[in-house]
Amino acid sequence: MEALKKTPLYETHLKLGGRMVDFGGWNLPVQYSGIVEEHKAVRERAGLFDVSHMGEARVTGKDAFAYLQKILTNDIATMMPGRCRYSMVCYENGGAVDDVLVYKYSDEDYLLVINAGNTAKDLAWFEQNLFGDAKVIDESPLWAQLALQGPRFLDVLKEAGVSGPLPEKNYTFVPETVVAGIRCMVSRTGYTGEDGVELYCKASDGPALHAALCKAGEAYGLLPCGLGARDTLRFEAGMPLYGHEMDETVTPLEVGVGFAVKLNKEDFIGKQALLSPAKRARIGLHLLERGIMREHCAVYCEGKEVGKTTSGMPVPTLEGSYAMALVDISFAQKDEFEVEVRGKKLKAARAAIPFYKRS
Amino acid sequence: MTPKDRKYTRDHEWVLIEDGKARIGISDHAQHALGDIVFVELPAVGDGFKPGDSFAVVESVKAASEIYTPVGGEVVEVNEALEAEPERINADPYGAFLAVIAVAELDEAALLDADAYDAFVASEG
Repeated sequence: MEALKKTPLYETHLKLGGRMVDFGGWNLPVQYSGIVEEHKAVRERAGLFDVSHMGEARVTGKDAFAYLQKILTNDIATMMPGRCRYSMVCYENGGAVDDVLVYKYSDEDYLLVINAGNTAKDLAWFEQNLFGDAKVIDESPLWAQLALQGPRFLDVLKEAGVSGPLPEKNYTFVPETVVAGIRCMVSRTGYTGEDGVELYCKASDGPALHAALCKAGEAYGLLPCGLGARDTLRFEAGMPLYGHEMDETVTPLEVGVGFAVKLNKEDFIGKQALLSPAKRARIGLHLLERGIMREHCAVYCEGKEVGKTTSGMPVPTLEGSYAMALVDISFAQKDEFEVEVRGKKLKAARAAIPFYKRS
Repeated sequence: MTPKDRKYTRDHEWVLIEDGKARIGISDHAQHALGDIVFVELPAVGDGFKPGDSFAVVESVKAASEIYTPVGGEVVEVNEALEAEPERINADPYGAFLAVIAVAELDEAALLDADAYDAFVASEG
């Protein structure tokens, strides 16, 4: 068996009593104090996540822009330096290679943040489709990435000490600022449904930045958070996760991220396939009976199997059992469903995604 | 402290047998490993089980876990309070029994005393 990969924060997780698990080949904490407690800390105060396992691909060169326009479904022509944009990367058949976050430094310099489990596959795909003066460099080992999320994130940052600018608007970033004496790139982004930032620093600075933010956060009730809470938070906020809501057999239109697919853009990989209407749609479900829906449960409507759940779990903020499901599009507007949980069909109602929206 | 008044299984259930009735729950190690418990599915009074059968399900935020009975027989009582407050299992694993089974069959070899169970947990790492 291949040894589990460790992020630069590995020792930190052990020191904080993290419960370490194999997460797609990475040795990461699923929780420290408890998923529900950590989840609530992010909704009500602040939480700090190690997301250094995420991959980073640097794209540079005179043709970097044209190249990215070809491999991304979103249009980056309107992007200014200092902006972040969500996009999908598709195969010719419209299936998802990955969903990514694009950071623009300049017309000839970008950073793509990609899913940890897809890093090798993505890099091979990027490489395979290169043309002109464009280069892709795997910067994943260079970066530590921390996500500081929750309503008190700014207090925590200020307490830690910031010299230099911070990103003021959602989906913007500053390529260089100093937090707690450590040089970072900071973006106003996240994967929790709360306001917050993601901080990128040199891998070797990761533990010091984590420690400084934990200490600064003490007064604000910050908790270090594991991957368990990251999953419940993103789920509640209706955010899709690669490998669950999407994979190479699912298109971005089926996932419901059509906002990141610009069909009026000249040409990009997958465009032809995405011009035909989606056959399935992602819907939300709320269980009306006792039980908990998990992923891969069969979903029925009018007595017919119409799809499967893609993620399902109890949601701490709302309570009760929710799921996302990929269903035949002709049933996507129905309200009454049944979901098979351990051999029993339980009644469920369609629920609007996101399940939770911050007020 | 693993209570010495009862026996344990390698699946991390505990069983306390008194007057031919087995009270069954999950160990402190099990509740800790599962994390926040948010749901239990209990058998019905009158259900019959064989040793090793799954007789209940305990679900945490992350996962659902089948709970196996080390004894065979008929369910004579279930801890219904857990349906409204499953978190009691986290708070008091040795008080929060899942069900009571009238013992008709018992697989002694499957049961460990407290010391042997602690050693087993330690060996699992």
